[in-house]
Amino acid sequence: MSFLQDYAYYIGAFGLVFIGLLIVLVQHNLIKVIIGVSIFDTGINLFLIAVGYIRNGTAPIFSRAGLEPGAMVDPVPQALVLTSIVIGVAVLALALGIAVRLYREYGTLDLRKIRELRW
Amino acid sequence: MRTLTSLILLAVIAVGIGFALTEVPFGTPKTEVGGYYLEHGREETGAANTVTSVVVGYRAFDTLGEVTVLFVAALGLGAVLAAAGGAGARREVEPASLVLRTGAILLFPLLVLFGTYIFLHGHLTPGGGFQGGAVIASACLLIYLGSRERIISRVGRTVTESLSGLAFVLIGLIGLAFSAQFLSDFLPKGTLNTLFSAGVIPLIYVAVGFKVGAELGGVIDDMVKETR
Repeated sequence: MSFLQDYAYYIGAFGLVFIGLLIVLVQHNLIKVIIGVSIFDTGINLFLIAVGYIRNGTAPIFSRAGLEPGAMVDPVPQALVLTSIVIGVAVLALALGIAVRLYREYGTLDLRKIRELRW
Repeated sequence: MRTLTSLILLAVIAVGIGFALTEVPFGTPKTEVGGYYLEHGREETGAANTVTSVVVGYRAFDTLGEVTVLFVAALGLGAVLAAAGGAGARREVEPASLVLRTGAILLFPLLVLFGTYIFLHGHLTPGGGFQGGAVIASACLLIYLGSRERIISRVGRTVTESLSGLAFVLIGLIGLAFSAQFLSDFLPKGTLNTLFSAGVIPLIYVAVGFKVGAELGGVIDDMVKETR
């Protein structure tokens, strides 16, 4: 029980990371690979937020009187994840744009048929 | 074969990460700087939202870089899609129904208003320039869903984006002129938890909100153009 209490968030976050990585490694369709990268990204963001959590902490916003700085979660990982989400959106948009170009060039999104991308 | 190799590879990585994570206890304070921001963020930046005081106060220069990354990605998307070769196979698109079209037109101003609220109150409530900009871009997406002919002015978008990016840098340069430090706070802090507080933070977030809204709107526009 205490193992689950201590590690449930880490296991959930890295579960998403590994699902994303598996999709990237196994799938042949480029769109599915991009979806995998996006899931991977989400898992990392969740992990960073989970690392910043402090037991019984509230959101780090002094919206009313009586909130103590000691009873708040760490604001630094949240600020960094805000950056990470924006960069994730930028990477996703660029990847989709390149997928559109590849489809126009080769007429397929299957990675086995696009010669330069085989592994 | 490929699946098996991938699974073995992932299992090895998982074991490694598992061992590393036993050294990272859950729910305990880990960064000392986080405690400092929580203790002193209110006096030093005047923002009630500590995450905002980190993003646009202590790490504002980092945010300028982040906005630049988003700008370069949007530019790259436009270049990748526009370079060499016109649109792909043209498809006949069925026009949207009356409900969707009317709903999109009615919701558009409300969504823009909500996005503006989010980035104006970035220093008081959860939210900020990036989130507000994303809401405004979703309003643009709604317009495209409602009707493909309705086009958001390209010139207007570019001008908004450039001016707001320029405003961010100008705020930084004014700070430099006042106290020999780029992006330093030159406005009074005001009282905590009121709209006109936190010095330059709301100004920077308004600029970021406009810039992100225009950029993500441009990304959506580039994508939609592929089907037109």
